[in-house]
Amino acid sequence: MSIHREPIISVRNLTAKYDDKVILDNVSVDIYPNEITVILGGSGCGKTTLIKNILRLYQPASGSVKFWGKEVTDLDYEKFDFILRQVGMLFQNGALLNSVTVFDNISIPLELHTNLSPALIERIIRVKLELVNLGHALYMLPNELSGGMRKRAALARALALDPKILFCDEPSSGLDPLTSASLDELILALKKQLKMTIVVVTHELASIHRIADRIIFLEGSNLLFAGTLDEAQRALIPQIDRFFEVGKF
Amino acid sequence: MMSTAEFKNNTIYFSGSLVFETIEDQSRQVNRILNHNKPVMLDISGVTLIDSAGVAFLEEIQVMMETVSGIVILSGGSPAVREMIGTYSSHKLKPIPAPERIDFFEGIGASFINSMKNLAKSINLASDVFFWSAYGLVNRKCQRRGATVQQAILLGVQALPIVFLLSIIIGFILSLQSAIQLRNFGGNVFLADLLSITMVREMGPLITAVIVAGRSGSAIASEIATMQVSEELDALKIMALNPIRFIVVPKFHAITYIMPILVTFSILMGIVGGLLVAITYLDVSLHTFVTRTIQILTVKDIVISLVKSTVFAWVIVIIGSYYGFTVKGGAEGVGTATTASVVTSIFAVIIIDAVFSLLYI
Repeated sequence: MSIHREPIISVRNLTAKYDDKVILDNVSVDIYPNEITVILGGSGCGKTTLIKNILRLYQPASGSVKFWGKEVTDLDYEKFDFILRQVGMLFQNGALLNSVTVFDNISIPLELHTNLSPALIERIIRVKLELVNLGHALYMLPNELSGGMRKRAALARALALDPKILFCDEPSSGLDPLTSASLDELILALKKQLKMTIVVVTHELASIHRIADRIIFLEGSNLLFAGTLDEAQRALIPQIDRFFEVGKF
Repeated sequence: MMSTAEFKNNTIYFSGSLVFETIEDQSRQVNRILNHNKPVMLDISGVTLIDSAGVAFLEEIQVMMETVSGIVILSGGSPAVREMIGTYSSHKLKPIPAPERIDFFEGIGASFINSMKNLAKSINLASDVFFWSAYGLVNRKCQRRGATVQQAILLGVQALPIVFLLSIIIGFILSLQSAIQLRNFGGNVFLADLLSITMVREMGPLITAVIVAGRSGSAIASEIATMQVSEELDALKIMALNPIRFIVVPKFHAITYIMPILVTFSILMGIVGGLLVAITYLDVSLHTFVTRTIQILTVKDIVISLVKSTVFAWVIVIIGSYYGFTVKGGAEGVGTATTASVVTSIFAVIIIDAVFSLLYI
């Protein structure tokens, strides 16, 4: 796989802290276009923190984050919003707005960021829900959905504005293997059909083998490895070998 | 479950089970032994069953024996018992540094700094809310169509029945208490003066603010806090939506429109409560009561009352939002934030009311 392409997201020397505790220490990674990059590592190693710092849900303590070559850590929020409109995120628990229906959840970004007519918005919402096989749940409330349905509805919302980059935080956690596999299929289809760049946080081995073009392995606040799955297995790094070995059953 | 601890040849011999159920008995026996002897060896060959309590007990005895005899040797034990000891041994635990003790003055300093930080955060939030609310009047981007009306119904219209009921009852009680005194002096007709001034200047805005703080302020705090802990606010930010503009501004606009209406309603209901007492208890006619009420009230009284109520409303929304946005923890945090928002709102409303009273006495 070529590494000479320009990264779509470039993180350099990123340090993230909660209060005084260092969660990520001097991490540098690149995310390449039209690839699925999987961020993995043990619990508490800073996987979710990394994407939340990239997306400025938390402000990095130091370091640089560039989207399409543009530094965003010191960008004012009004300008950063333009970048965020090209980004979708599937949160670990879906993070759907619980007080409104699935339809309203997806319509919010469409209503507030576009000038489309209500009829057009409805059509787009139905297409997005159909894409995630949830066409029948249009007017259901989030608490009426199962865990897997909630994740798919959240994915439909993340896709509402046709983002160029999609972040998924542990998409298969808490799902049965079949639902998890179908979500992986969907992620692969998004990459293939919509040419999306996708960043997935997971530690599910089956998922990693199914979808990963490239992996970023974090351990103890540090970046241990970044590269393709094959490169990871050839690198003979004991922690990574152990991760893949223990996960087999 | 059988268990014994016997002392022979400087050794304590354990037999049977060393488990939660037998430790108390074993402990008594061992204490008796240690009071009169200096054992140097623990023999656990006879132990058939051991659990985490048994392992902890053995470790505790070893510490005591080291103090008494200066030496301790653990011997015997089946492979299963030894494996259990290995599993539950506290020797492999890493030492945890004791939390730093903060002395009294450091504690005062830390809470002062913390209060100042919270004050700065709330001022920051208040300025954001005022800015985006003013901006939202001309640019409705980031607000859903009908959001303000929906919030006006939730925060205002649905509060009408309780405002109606409490105001009429309080007007009635105030009038009844005053009527007894007024009748003694033959000043029946002055009930209208007393009640209308009390309701307009103080009770109307105050009753309404307390109801809105308890009902709507808590709802605002718990809604935002729940959204915070379930990552819904993060989801809004990722959708390039400012949570203050999307959630707080419609509430701020709605309460600004609805609060003066609620207060007016409360004042009218309070006066109606008084009117009931005036007619039935003091024999004051409807015409006299209404005429005196209109004569005694000034435009200034009414304007101050409505301005005061609007300020109360803003404070309630800002305090509710502040506690919602700064929530920490899960369900318990939401509960704490909700309670704190109601208590702080009512406290702030009373302080502001006192300030208004001093300014416009």
